Amino acid sequence: MTKLTELNIASARDGLNKGEFSATELAEAYIQAVEAGRDLNAYITETPDVALERARESDDRRAKGAHIGAMDGIPIAVKDLFCTEGVLTTAGSHILDGFVPPYESTVSANLRSAGAVMLGKANMDEFAMGSSNITSYYGPVKNPWKAASGSDAGKDLVPGGSSGGSAAAVAGGLAMAATGTDTGGSIRQPASFCGIVGIKPTYGRCSRWGVVAFASSLDQAGPMTQTVQDAAIMLGAMSGYDPKDSTSANIAVPDFEAAITGDVKGLTIGIPKEYKMDGMDPQIQALWDKGIEWLKAAGCTIKDVSLPHTKYALAAYYIVAPAEASANLARYDGVRYGLRVPGDSLDDMYMNTRGEGFGDEVQRRILIGTYALSSGYYDAYYIKAQKVRTLIANDFKAAFEDVDAILTPTAPSAAFALGEKQEDPLAMYLNDVFTVPTSLAGLPGISVPAGLSADGLPLGLQLIGKAFDEATLLNVASSLEAAAAFNFKLAKGASS
Amino acid sequence: MSYVIKGETGDWEVVIGLEVHCQVISNAKLFSGAATNFGAEPNTQVSLVDAAMPGMLPVINETCVRQAIKTGLGLKAQINNKSVFARKNYFYADLPQGYQISQADQPIVGAGTIILDLPDGSTREIGIERLHLEQDAGKSLHDQDPKRTFIDLNRTGVALMEIVSDPDMRSPEEAGAYLRKLRSIVRYLETCDGNMDQGSMRCDVNVSVRPVGSTELRTRAETKNVNSVRFAMQAIEYEAARQVEIYDNGGEVVQETRLFDSQKGETRSMRSKEHAHDYRYFPDPDLLPLMFSDELVAEIKATLPELPDERKDRYINVFGLSPYDAGVLVAEKDTAMYFEAVAEGRDAKMAANWVINNLFAVLSDKGVSITESPISAVNLGKLLGLISDDTISTKIAKDVFEIMIETGGDPEKIVEEKGLKQITDTGAIETAVDAAIAAGTAQVAQYKGGNEKILGWFVGQVMKSTQGKANPGQVNKLLKEKLDD
Repeated sequence: MTKLTELNIASARDGLNKGEFSATELAEAYIQAVEAGRDLNAYITETPDVALERARESDDRRAKGAHIGAMDGIPIAVKDLFCTEGVLTTAGSHILDGFVPPYESTVSANLRSAGAVMLGKANMDEFAMGSSNITSYYGPVKNPWKAASGSDAGKDLVPGGSSGGSAAAVAGGLAMAATGTDTGGSIRQPASFCGIVGIKPTYGRCSRWGVVAFASSLDQAGPMTQTVQDAAIMLGAMSGYDPKDSTSANIAVPDFEAAITGDVKGLTIGIPKEYKMDGMDPQIQALWDKGIEWLKAAGCTIKDVSLPHTKYALAAYYIVAPAEASANLARYDGVRYGLRVPGDSLDDMYMNTRGEGFGDEVQRRILIGTYALSSGYYDAYYIKAQKVRTLIANDFKAAFEDVDAILTPTAPSAAFALGEKQEDPLAMYLNDVFTVPTSLAGLPGISVPAGLSADGLPLGLQLIGKAFDEATLLNVASSLEAAAAFNFKLAKGASS
Repeated sequence: MSYVIKGETGDWEVVIGLEVHCQVISNAKLFSGAATNFGAEPNTQVSLVDAAMPGMLPVINETCVRQAIKTGLGLKAQINNKSVFARKNYFYADLPQGYQISQADQPIVGAGTIILDLPDGSTREIGIERLHLEQDAGKSLHDQDPKRTFIDLNRTGVALMEIVSDPDMRSPEEAGAYLRKLRSIVRYLETCDGNMDQGSMRCDVNVSVRPVGSTELRTRAETKNVNSVRFAMQAIEYEAARQVEIYDNGGEVVQETRLFDSQKGETRSMRSKEHAHDYRYFPDPDLLPLMFSDELVAEIKATLPELPDERKDRYINVFGLSPYDAGVLVAEKDTAMYFEAVAEGRDAKMAANWVINNLFAVLSDKGVSITESPISAVNLGKLLGLISDDTISTKIAKDVFEIMIETGGDPEKIVEEKGLKQITDTGAIETAVDAAIAAGTAQVAQYKGGNEKILGWFVGQVMKSTQGKANPGQVNKLLKEKLDD
C-alpha cells in the first residue's frame, strides 16, 4: 500500500470510503510527518490534539453512516491568517502574541463542517506581506525542493510567499492540502515555487470573515493542493456566500469537481503579449510556449490578446494594497489584545508596541500606505491607482470577450535561495508581476506545476479565468496538468 | 434682531455653522448586532466587530439607513440613492479599529433646509449642507484611576447622523433656535431622542466673525462636543467676542479645535499643532457603496409623521392660533400632543391660552417636562369644558386649577366636592344683588351720580356673599338693570 502521506484528497477519500484506513490513521501519519518535517518550519502552531479529535469525529461519522462531507477526514494545514477558535492565531506577527480567537473564520469553519482535519497553523509572511516567507516573526520557511545544479545548488530555498508555510507543507508531505490567501499572488507564486496547485478564486467567492485582513479589496482565500482535482474539491468546501462579509458574492457554488471533464476542445485560450517582458528568463518563456502547445494539442484555440495596462499593475498594486493595509493594521495598537509594550503616554505605548510588534516589511508598507493616503498625495497616488485598477479590469473584460481563459507564467523565476533579494524590496515585489493584475481585477487565477527549471526546480503556469468561472479554469488547468505530467513527489524525496 | 458686537475697530457680526451628531434610534449598532441601550454596565454591549478583533467585518444595519433617509426627508433634503462609506483614520484608545467608518464626499443625504421659529414670531430659513452616517467612538474614562485610563466600548459603533448646517446663522439666539428646531424634527421623526444631556445629540459649533456689511467668510474656530443649547449659545457669544478682540488687536484667528468649559463659560484651544490630524479618508473596502431604490425612499416618505412646520401651519389655519402660539405649541412633540388632547372638541384658542399661560408656568415652577405634568391633558380639557358650559367661572377655574396642581385630581369631582358650581339660578343671584344694593346706599348714590366704576363694588359684594360662584355675566346684567331703574 502507498504511504498514507503520499495520498491526495481524491485518493484518500477513496481509501477512507472503502475503509482501507481510518481518518485517525491518516491523521497520525501526518502528525508524525509534521514532527519529522519541523526543519521546514512550515507550521507556526501544530495542533495534533485537534487533528486527532476531528479525525475521531470523522471516523465516528463514517461508522454511524452519518453525512460525510467533501473533506471528511482529510488532514490539512490552515494558514495562520485564518482565525481558529481556541487556537493561537498570529498572522506571522509578533504583534499578535498570545492571541487566541474566540471565533472561527468562515472558511475554516466551512472546511471543518466538510469534515477536514486541522493539523496546525501554517507559517506565512507577516500579515501576508511578502513573496518568500522571510518576513515571518516565526522565522523563514524552507522550500522542500533543492536545486540540483546552478549557483543555488544545495542551498535552502524560499518557498515563495506569503502562503509559504502552506505551500511547503503540501509539497513536503506535511499536509495533504492547505488553505492559503492571495492578495497579489500569495497562493499562486508559492504554489509555483513548491510545485503544487494553488487557486485564487474570484474576489467574493470565499468569505473574508475571520481572516486577518491585509488589503480588503484584494484578499481572497483559496486552496493549495497536490492536484487540480483536489483544488476543485477543496474550493467547493471553502466557498459560499456569507452574510457576515458584505463583499461576499451571493452566487451559487457549482460542483467544481464535476466541471473537470478533461475535455477542453473548442475553448479559446488567450496569450497576452504584454506578459512577454524584456529580459524574461528564457526557461520561463520556453515553459510558457510548451503550455501553449499542450493546450493546442488538447484542442484549444490559441489567440493573442492585449492587456495594455499591465505595465502599471505592480505600481498600482503597491499603492492600493499598502493604503488599505495602513488602515487595516491600525487596530493592532496594544490596547485590547496581542502584544503591548508599555510607554509613558498613550502615544508612547502605541509607538513602542507597533515599533516592536511589526517587522520591517510591514512597517514599510504601513508607511507607504499612510503616505499614499495623505492629504496632498491622495489624488496623485490612491485615486490614480484606483483609475489604473479600473483600466486593468477593463483590459481583462475586453480580452474575455474573445477568450475563455488566459495563459501566462505564474512567476518570473523559480524559487531562489534564502537570503537573496532580501535587502531589495523592489526586486522582491517583481515576483508578483504576473499575478498582481488578476488580483486587481478580482478575477480567478490558478497556478499549475508545469515543469522543472534547468536546475531541477518547479515552475508553474498561470491560468486566468472570467469572474466566477472557476469551473472552466479548473477544467483547463486539469488538461494542462495532464499534459505536463509533473512529478510532484520529487519534493518529498528532496526533503527527506 | 441683528446681533452686533461693538468692537474698538467697528461693528462685527458673527457667522455660525453647526455640526450636530444625532445618535440614531435603533436596537443594534451601525455595523454590528450589539445593543445600543444607554447606561448599561461598561463593556457589556460590545460585539467582536466593535472591539475590532482581527478579521471582523462590518455589515450595514438597514434600520439605521432607513432612519437616515427618514431624517433627510424631514429636513426636506436631497436623498442620495448611492453613497459611500469611508474610513477616517486616527489613533485613539477608545477607537478600536484605528479608524471611524464615516461618509466623506458621498453622503447619504445632501442639501436641505430647516426653518427657525424666532421669538418675535418670524421665521428664518437655514441651509443644511448634508447628513451622513458614521460610527460613534467609545468612551475613555480618565477619572477611575489616578494613573490609568479605562475604556468603555458600549458606545463604539453606535450609529450617528452628522447633520451639517450652512454657515447661515448670525446670532447665538438663531443657533439656539436651530438646535431646538432640529431636536424637535428628529423627535417628531423618532430617529433620535435628542437628549443632549445624555449625549445622544451633540454639537460642534463653528464660529467666525466679520465686519458688519462684509460678505467674506473669515477663519473659523470649531468648538467641539457642546452638550446643551444654552452652552452652545454661550460658546458662540464667548467665541465671537474673543475673535473680535483678536482682530481689534491686529491679530489673526487661527483655524483650530476648541473646547467649551461650561464651568467658566469659555472656550479654549484643544489641540496643539503637532497633533493636527490628517484623517486620510478613503472608501472602506469592507463595504460596498450603499445603494437603495427610489421605491424605498417613497415607502419611507409615506410613513413620515406630521412635522412641526406642517403642524404649526395647521394650528394657525385650522385653529386660528397666532404664529407665535402655534410655534410654541409645536416645538416639542409632547407639548403638541398634550395641547391637541386638551383642545379636542373644545375651543382651541382657549386651550392654547391655558397651556401656554397657565400650564407652562406650573411646569417651569416644578422643573418638570410636559410628560410629567401634574395635570393630565384629559383633566385640563375637562376643566375647560366646565368653563365653556358655564358650570364654573374662569376665576373659579383658576382655583380649581390650583387644586389640580396639588392633587392631580379630576376637576369635575373637585367642583362637585367643594361645591364650586356656578350659581346661574336667577332667583338666587337676584336675592344677593338686592342685598348688596340694600346694604350700599352710599354707593347707590355715587352710581346715580355718574360714577359707573362703583359697579365693581356691588359685584364684589355679590361674589363675596355667593363665595364667587355667581355667574359674573348675570350679576353684572342684574345689577345694571336694578341700579338703572
